[in-house]
Amino acid sequence: MTRPESPVPPHGASYLEAGYSLRSWLLTHDHKRIAILYTLSITFFFALGGIAAMLIRLELVTPNGTLMSAETYNKAFTFHGIVMVWFFLIPSIPATLGNFLLPLMIGARDVAFPRLNLFSWYLYMVGGLFTIAMLLLGGVDTGWTFYTPFSTMFSNTHVILAAVGVFVVGFSSIFTGINFIVTVHSMRAPGMTWYRLPLFVWSMYAVALVMVLATPVLAMTLSLIALERLFGVGIFNPALGGDPVLFEHFFWFYSHPAVYIMVLPAMGVVSELITAGVHRRIFGYKFMTWSMLAIAVIGFMVWGHHMFVSGMSTYAGVVFSVLSFIVAVPSAIKVFNWTASLYKGDIEFSAPMLYALGFIGLFLLGGLTGLFLAATALDVSLTQTYFVVAHFHYIMVGGSVMAYLGGIHFWWPKITGRLYHAGIARFAAILMFVGFNVTFFPQYILGYEGMPRRYHDYLPQYQMWNVISSAGAVVLAVSYLLPLAYLLWSLRYGPRAGDNPWQAKGLEWETPSPPPPHNFESVPLVTDGPYAYEE
Amino acid sequence: MTAALLPAASNFAGSVDALFDALLALSALVVLGVFTAMIWFCIKYRRGSGADRSNRHRRSLGVELTWTLVPFALFVGLFGWSIGLWERMRTPPADAAPVYVVAKQWMWKVQHPGGQREINTLHVPLGQPIRLLMTSQDVIHSFYVPAFRVKQDVLPGQYTQLWFIADKVGTWHLFCAEYCGTDHSRMGGSIVVMKTADYARWLEAHADVSMAQQGAALYRQLGCSGCHGAESSVHAPKLEGLYGRRVPLSDGSWVVADDRYIHDSIMLPRKQIVAGYAPIMPSFEGRIGEDDVLALIAWMKAHPAPGERDP
Repeated sequence: MTRPESPVPPHGASYLEAGYSLRSWLLTHDHKRIAILYTLSITFFFALGGIAAMLIRLELVTPNGTLMSAETYNKAFTFHGIVMVWFFLIPSIPATLGNFLLPLMIGARDVAFPRLNLFSWYLYMVGGLFTIAMLLLGGVDTGWTFYTPFSTMFSNTHVILAAVGVFVVGFSSIFTGINFIVTVHSMRAPGMTWYRLPLFVWSMYAVALVMVLATPVLAMTLSLIALERLFGVGIFNPALGGDPVLFEHFFWFYSHPAVYIMVLPAMGVVSELITAGVHRRIFGYKFMTWSMLAIAVIGFMVWGHHMFVSGMSTYAGVVFSVLSFIVAVPSAIKVFNWTASLYKGDIEFSAPMLYALGFIGLFLLGGLTGLFLAATALDVSLTQTYFVVAHFHYIMVGGSVMAYLGGIHFWWPKITGRLYHAGIARFAAILMFVGFNVTFFPQYILGYEGMPRRYHDYLPQYQMWNVISSAGAVVLAVSYLLPLAYLLWSLRYGPRAGDNPWQAKGLEWETPSPPPPHNFESVPLVTDGPYAYEE
Repeated sequence: MTAALLPAASNFAGSVDALFDALLALSALVVLGVFTAMIWFCIKYRRGSGADRSNRHRRSLGVELTWTLVPFALFVGLFGWSIGLWERMRTPPADAAPVYVVAKQWMWKVQHPGGQREINTLHVPLGQPIRLLMTSQDVIHSFYVPAFRVKQDVLPGQYTQLWFIADKVGTWHLFCAEYCGTDHSRMGGSIVVMKTADYARWLEAHADVSMAQQGAALYRQLGCSGCHGAESSVHAPKLEGLYGRRVPLSDGSWVVADDRYIHDSIMLPRKQIVAGYAPIMPSFEGRIGEDDVLALIAWMKAHPAPGERDP
């Protein structure tokens, strides 16, 4: 098992055939193999976070706590949040599809720092081990937001272990970010100018900037929590002379850009899925690139909209509110341009295309309800209720998870060389759209009716919508298990895909499926922009 | 339409609902537009349809700018509306009656200036502006009354305020909206809105030692007069007439002696030292509760310097 791999793979062998030993995987420098390692790891954590979500939804079927104690419930939603945000959503598209595709799409042999890339995965795993240890020792009950002074002085759970896990995994995103920025700057093939980059590459570039600039603030904030909790240094606890609102500022200064870390890659994926499904150029390519960069930049200036009822000054509220309205503009441009890209297209309703269309609908609803929360006077009653829960699940699950699965379906033939069953995949995509809406739309209504979030025990008047939401969660769970089954099945029984089963444009489709270890037989020369579908 | 889902019982409820409905209508219009276009294009330009696909890349900056700027202008109009309303929600009228709220895991302690105490319940009169002055004994909580459309975080070590005019008699739900630990979801209660005469009777029936008198008692019990009293030989600032005055600090800056300043001077005396005094005040952190601090503040408000009138 630990026999050294053969140094030179047989001519014409794919990256999957470059070595079969465990060692050949765990010590690989190949961005494609690292992407596979990440895919397996984040799928495991998605399953853990999903189990926590199912426990939450089961508990909420009845107004009074029946299934578990309040303490267990609080630990369940905290674990769900921590795992889904830091161990699934943030690495999801960049670390898997991004790692696999970025070098292929720009015509490079690998990322700029292959060893650093592998190190990022190891950091992710170390952070994950801390998180699993935290769970096994009894969990943490602060909510994924770690608000002080609750997290530093009052919680008796494993706050430090949880914070260390998140701290470590943060460095894995910082290193991935550095790697992507340098790769895009320095490793583009001849002729691959900036305006010839596929939008997915632009999205990876924008997200890498946000990762590198925002994540260190998270690391510092978590360190300060540890200082206060372990050594009583008064930073956030007012009894020690600290300020709990300062923590909220630090936390959201990272965590709002983190939302864009989750959604920018989804925008990149969807742009690729739409153009391939429609077989035409994207509408407004330059608007699409600059709107992503605008989101990355303005996204750093809107964190205060999480804190309108924290006692911030009226003027601060006005500024954060108007900036939050402005950040919606580039998102709106993207939605309109994707829609316009359907115009006079040659639309094929493959599973990836259905995922992409579903993404547009759900992202639109999630984005528009964001404006309700950006409007200070409405935010006062809506914030901290299920309206917020519904809003960000529309963006993160309806948006990012739909796009991630759409991307997996689109590039699966390239990654594995196999085709899955197209009909059942389309069915799963539609089921996911339906299950998602049944789960989360009722939560908008619950929030409007005043049901606060993070409630183990709620008023009987809210039960009907909670039962519907829980029923939807079951449908949603089935729609996640289906792809797991038929994609795994395709690995063994799926027909060979060929190099370009979608007749799609892009350098990744010009190399064999699965690609050879160094991606291309010869360095490609780029002579045209992306999405050159017109003959 | 949204009012059907949730009772409206304060001066803000109608305005908030109107803004909500306007934003909902505008959003519905955008959704309708995008979904109609998507479905129409998906049907017309499905693979194999005979639709005309010539001239597909007629690019128009005009189109792009129109569909960006027109909705944006409409939404910015709603932003202005929202800001106006928010400003109103944050500015209590001068005649608003104060009520004091101390939150702690997992209960709401309420005290009226006349000394009436309540737990997890707040009685208020119909049609009169009420201003809640709130602080927390431990972690962050949030005072949320859905029927009033108001919410305000309640922070340890700070005073936040919330005001409203209840305009419907009845009992309305009070929630803690900021996650605060194990029994967060049980940290609820009710707001009882009563007719003015009933409220007056209620106040009378529950009258107790007033907050200012409680403060006076604490002033003696805690030995404050040993240093701050007129006959004291210790060099300490006099407290009569302090409330609301500008105070010079030892670092050269000035501060207005408001609730927060007095709170911190008692609980965190090293934070701000008055110019010309030695830092000898002991901290009362952990020795007295936030409700005691509020009583002491009430006593100070009731004790202007000789010759000044009680505001």
